[in-house]
Amino acid sequence: MGTLIAIVLAAVLTNNFITVKTYGICPFLGVSKKTSSAAGMGIAVTLVMVLATLVTYPIYTYVMVPLGIDFLEIIFFIFIIASLVQMLEKIIQKLSPSLYGAMGIYLPLITTNCAVLGVTELVIGDMSSIIGEAATMNVGWAVLYALFAGLGFTLVMVIMSGMREKLNYYKTAKALAGFPIAMVTACFICMAFTVFSYISI
Amino acid sequence: MNKYKKITLDGLIYQNPTFMLVLGTCPTLGLISSAFSAMGMGLTVVVILTLSNILISLLRKVIPNAVRIPCYIVIIATLVTFARMFLEKFVPDLYDSLGGFLALIVVNCIILGRAEAFANKHTVPEAAVDGIMQGLGFTLALTLMGVICEFFGKGSIFGFEIMQFKISMLAKPAGAFLVYGLSIAVFTYVIDCIERAKRVKANKLARENLLKEVA
Repeated sequence: MGTLIAIVLAAVLTNNFITVKTYGICPFLGVSKKTSSAAGMGIAVTLVMVLATLVTYPIYTYVMVPLGIDFLEIIFFIFIIASLVQMLEKIIQKLSPSLYGAMGIYLPLITTNCAVLGVTELVIGDMSSIIGEAATMNVGWAVLYALFAGLGFTLVMVIMSGMREKLNYYKTAKALAGFPIAMVTACFICMAFTVFSYISI
Repeated sequence: MNKYKKITLDGLIYQNPTFMLVLGTCPTLGLISSAFSAMGMGLTVVVILTLSNILISLLRKVIPNAVRIPCYIVIIATLVTFARMFLEKFVPDLYDSLGGFLALIVVNCIILGRAEAFANKHTVPEAAVDGIMQGLGFTLALTLMGVICEFFGKGSIFGFEIMQFKISMLAKPAGAFLVYGLSIAVFTYVIDCIERAKRVKANKLARENLLKEVA
């Protein structure tokens, strides 16, 4: 139970992917102009993160490490993620055309999203600071971490899109319009999230 | 030679990947809290980008158009794996300070972007120069912001202590976002001013020529 709480708090708040680790900034700045598209992108990223971890973690632990080819992890992981995204796109297209219409443009972009490759690399590394020294890493914890990291990503995406929607009502200086003002906004979100660093797990 | 001058200016200024195109933002924001890691990241990207541009330009007639993206990703992922092994063995300090961002060079949009936008359409020397210049543009931008963040955030530059006063927020992601955003604003403002001055000068020259002709 302690490990569960630690993983949830770490993934969503204290080690948030955007505000603390700065992973997945491209969609964070690129797709956060409207709340609906930001939420869609966040959910798509979460889905791919969970599926990717579910596949890469067992392959790494039970296939690559025993065979001694763990140095090939980057090549293997990026291929698994790319094929997963492609497969998911086809499945969603077949099962639910309306969802595909809403999600379609974001899915191919996720292949080159650092949050996905980042989470698969993180869970095979040293996670003892998050899950505690006593517990050992396994597929369940890895997938749970990926799920909540994705939800934390979605949370910050939605907050950011809300702030950017409000920004549309105000005039900004010409040099600051676009990316610069978005980054200054992101700076304030990060400052707000600094509060959570006082939570010690 | 004019062609190479254009590629150089594009890479360093007019299509600077960090300030003008806003690509490769994750490693930028994650590493500019220290000038050393920012510059190390930049130089690693220079090497990988140049090699990947050369390889992709060499193979541009061999790779079928339909499967080009997976082919590029294999080339880039292989180069990153090599770079990771090299740094782990020979520059362990840099390897530690780059952390997770070293593996994430694979999904750095600058490298895939240059492969897709430039290397697969141009000859090998052009692609090589483009790789070096885009990489240097990225390195210079990162080092500049790294120096600013480290100076104000930690009171030191490249690890050498300079003053006691520090605003530790600037050495955190929040400060990185702030410095990056303001740097883009200043950079675009300066470029805008230079362009406007150039245009005014050209207009004046044209008017003088016209007056001379009329006279």
